[in-house]
Amino acid sequence: MTHACQFIRDSATKAADLRHRAVLQKATGTYATKVQDTKSLFIDWSYGRELARQRKWEAVNDLAFHLEEFDLRATARGMTVHWAENAAEAREIILGLCKRHGVRKVVKSKSMVTEEIHLNDFLEENGVIPVESDLGEYIVQLRHEHPYHIVTPVMHLTKEDIDLTFHEKLGTPTGSTAEDLTLTARRVLRNEYLTADMGITGANFIIAETGMVCLTENEGNARLSSSMPRVHLAICGIEKVLPRLDDLALFLPMLAVSGTGQQLTCYNTMIGGPRQTTEVDGPDEVHVILLDNGRTELLADAEQREALHCIRCGACLNACPVFKNIGGHAYGTTYQGPIGSVITPHLRGLEEWKHLSYASSLCGGCAEVCPVHIELHHHLLRNRRNAVQTNGSGWLEQISFQLWSFAMRNTTIYRVCALLSRFGQGISRRLGIEGTALDPLQRWSKTRALPEIPARSFHDWWHERNQ
Amino acid sequence: MDQLFPNVAISVVKVLEGLGHQVDYPEGQTCCGQPAFNSGYWKEARDVAARFLDVFADAETIVCPSGSCTTMIREFYFDLFRDTADFKASAGVAAKTFEFTEFLARKLNVVDLGARFPGRVVWHDACHGLRGLCLKEEPRRLLRAVRGLDLLEMKESETCCGFGGTFSIKFPNISTAMDDVKVGSIEECGADYVASADSSCLMQIGGLLEKRGSKVKTIHIAEILASR
Ligand code: SF4
Repeated sequence: MTHACQFIRDSATKAADLRHRAVLQKATGTYATKVQDTKSLFIDWSYGRELARQRKWEAVNDLAFHLEEFDLRATARGMTVHWAENAAEAREIILGLCKRHGVRKVVKSKSMVTEEIHLNDFLEENGVIPVESDLGEYIVQLRHEHPYHIVTPVMHLTKEDIDLTFHEKLGTPTGSTAEDLTLTARRVLRNEYLTADMGITGANFIIAETGMVCLTENEGNARLSSSMPRVHLAICGIEKVLPRLDDLALFLPMLAVSGTGQQLTCYNTMIGGPRQTTEVDGPDEVHVILLDNGRTELLADAEQREALHCIRCGACLNACPVFKNIGGHAYGTTYQGPIGSVITPHLRGLEEWKHLSYASSLCGGCAEVCPVHIELHHHLLRNRRNAVQTNGSGWLEQISFQLWSFAMRNTTIYRVCALLSRFGQGISRRLGIEGTALDPLQRWSKTRALPEIPARSFHDWWHERNQ
Repeated sequence: MDQLFPNVAISVVKVLEGLGHQVDYPEGQTCCGQPAFNSGYWKEARDVAARFLDVFADAETIVCPSGSCTTMIREFYFDLFRDTADFKASAGVAAKTFEFTEFLARKLNVVDLGARFPGRVVWHDACHGLRGLCLKEEPRRLLRAVRGLDLLEMKESETCCGFGGTFSIKFPNISTAMDDVKVGSIEECGADYVASADSSCLMQIGGLLEKRGSKVKTIHIAEILASR
């Protein structure tokens, strides 16, 4: 099945699932209220957004320079920096490290990039056990699912669903409270930190000026994953670099507000290298993988480059009415929602993923909430244009629009077409086929009534009046 | 507008003439090009839009009873005509194009048009008017001044109705689910009418209301403002 067919099937199923909708509306509703409250603490949120947009512009438009500076400074701090061109290269680097250090178990904190390179399956195939330590990701792993949302991996589950999952997978009694469930996860996971040989994390930002890795989270699991095992590996997309340490003063609160409605997340960690001789805690080695995996393609495209400004806050998903009806899994991508629809065609191929750019009403809700002000809906339109230019939309549609364009440039033909549609509607109503499978307009009329075309057009009225 | 919703256009003419303006209707006009543009057919869209620029080149002010078409001209023509010979002309036309409620409330600064329309009305914030043109208070101000009209608010008034042009037929299931959410909020607030400045949204919302046999009716704000 093609990705487009899968999307059409799954999105239709989810769109009709009212329970799913209710769970999602509740989650996004709570989120929206929290964000609104926190945003109101800012004197001028929109100024912050513009500033963030400028800083990201600066970072992305001189990306090579900032990455090289990061490499230099991180190396000087005793970290090892690896550059991976694609997913396979990144996986090989990780496997190499596992082999060299005799790693049998890896404890992971939340990282979408490891999802992007399908790391968990790969590790398992190679005899290494990956354990997710973010509570949401841990639940996802127990259920053998993929994260539903880039920030909130189990947004689609209720407490009862999680209770049942724990009961089935961990043998806890049903009817546990949220506190009980959290404590269970905590108990299980503590042991994993102690026995893991390697910790793998993502990176929310990397800082060129200081060669440091920044992790921001709410559970302390990223801090534990990066400090308890012998080896720490951080992997991130190349767009995560910020020029200065000072930039975090802007981006940490922007990310926290847009991501979860918090003023700041609970744990913000700066990683500056492996354990020093004077220190008691920390890993023996720290590795950083800078992953390209299609990002330089996007970088080369001046028109759409700003999609690399994304800080993965998830706000555009939560604001998107399409997402709120079809949920995260229907997309079939690592990155869901508007940003996913914009970047996936660039990262994984326009031909196979262009359908996502059409699956939007272009309401602009995403661009409105984006903390770095990416004009997401404009990029969806550009993807559509690119898809048409590479001849990817079928001959029927192509001919239709050519005819349409012709008719719209000729008032006589336009009026004839108008007359014909009136006639057509008359027939379809008289035959009683409107809304049935025989109706040529059934993709509309099956679920929605069509307005009746009035007998007299405005044009007619204008003429009569001016006679 | 011309074919499906002539009464909206007629109402616009009445309101503007009532304020003492001289209204012209260039008969060569057809479409701003949005359907093709939104579907990725920028060349076809550009051809049609170039005609729009021609037809309206000499107009003093262009008033359009649709936030969607206005946003197309004001915001998206910049994308469409970038690096083309018509760019300057498109910017010129964009600068004199106004959405109907924007023109009344912002440009002319009128509030009370002497309209009378008894009933409970809820306003649907159409996406393009709201986010493209930042019209939130303006239409509400105009409605509050209408005699007999009781202006209600609904939950999620800023959420898209799911129309989105060809999206509504390419993905009818998603589009209708979005419509269902919208219609739910409308019915919940107890309105007799749902009003908007975009006929396309009203067609989408009205289509589902009618399918459901709801008593709530759709109406364009121009029709309300022209009522006496
Ligand atoms: S595109 Fe903007 S809103 Fe969406 S995840 Fe990225 S930063 Fe957040």
